[in-house]
Amino acid sequence: MKFAVQVLEAPYNNQASDTAYHFIKAALDKGHTIVRVFFYHNGVINANNSAEPPNDDRNIYKRWTELGKEKGIDIVACIAASKRRGIKEGQIVEGTRISGLGQLADMTIEADRLITFG
Amino acid sequence: MEVDEEMEVDENVKKVMFVMRKAPHGSIYSYEGLETVLITAAYEQDMTMVFIGDGVFALVKGQDTTDIGIKGFIKTYGALEHYDVEKIYVDRVSMEERGLAADDFAIDVEVKEAEEIAAIMEEQHATIPY
Repeated sequence: MKFAVQVLEAPYNNQASDTAYHFIKAALDKGHTIVRVFFYHNGVINANNSAEPPNDDRNIYKRWTELGKEKGIDIVACIAASKRRGIKEGQIVEGTRISGLGQLADMTIEADRLITFG
Repeated sequence: MEVDEEMEVDENVKKVMFVMRKAPHGSIYSYEGLETVLITAAYEQDMTMVFIGDGVFALVKGQDTTDIGIKGFIKTYGALEHYDVEKIYVDRVSMEERGLAADDFAIDVEVKEAEEIAAIMEEQHATIPY
């Protein structure tokens, strides 16, 4: 099955980013496809590359790099939502990109299921 | 062959429902949610908006945000008909619990029972909650 994933909340403050990550991993393990991950609202903070979470806990930002770079999943932060929150091109987590809301509409149409976290 | 092509075209039009759950101010969900609706409309999908819970406050006419210093966006709802977003539903119980009636809204809406909304929700290809 083709899944599209939308994340609406910032990392750490809310469990949405953790649950989305675990969902994606489980879906991939079962042989499903992830059409795209889209960060919206405070979810765009997931793409902030200047964060340095403490070493004794999970690093949510690196998880996106793992999925984006190593697993080749398309991970997009909404440009309008990013601009509002100071997330900028060139300062985003490796394996993610910034693009328009059209990417959300597009993945909604393409996927068999859209799953929203947050 | 022609029939097949027509079927293909139909398959590209998906039913997408936006569920507006939050008050217009106090958080950004309602505002950024509306932006998504406008963008998705450009993709010419079969769109529905439903307002439930505090989401119904987003449509109340005569909103004035001057005193809270936040840009209001009630007027943007008026643009929805130009984007061919015509299926706009309000949950009756949510509306009445908040002391509102259909003529309190800035745009024409259809007031529906929760069961009707659930049935429409079930028909959707995707449901996007904001």
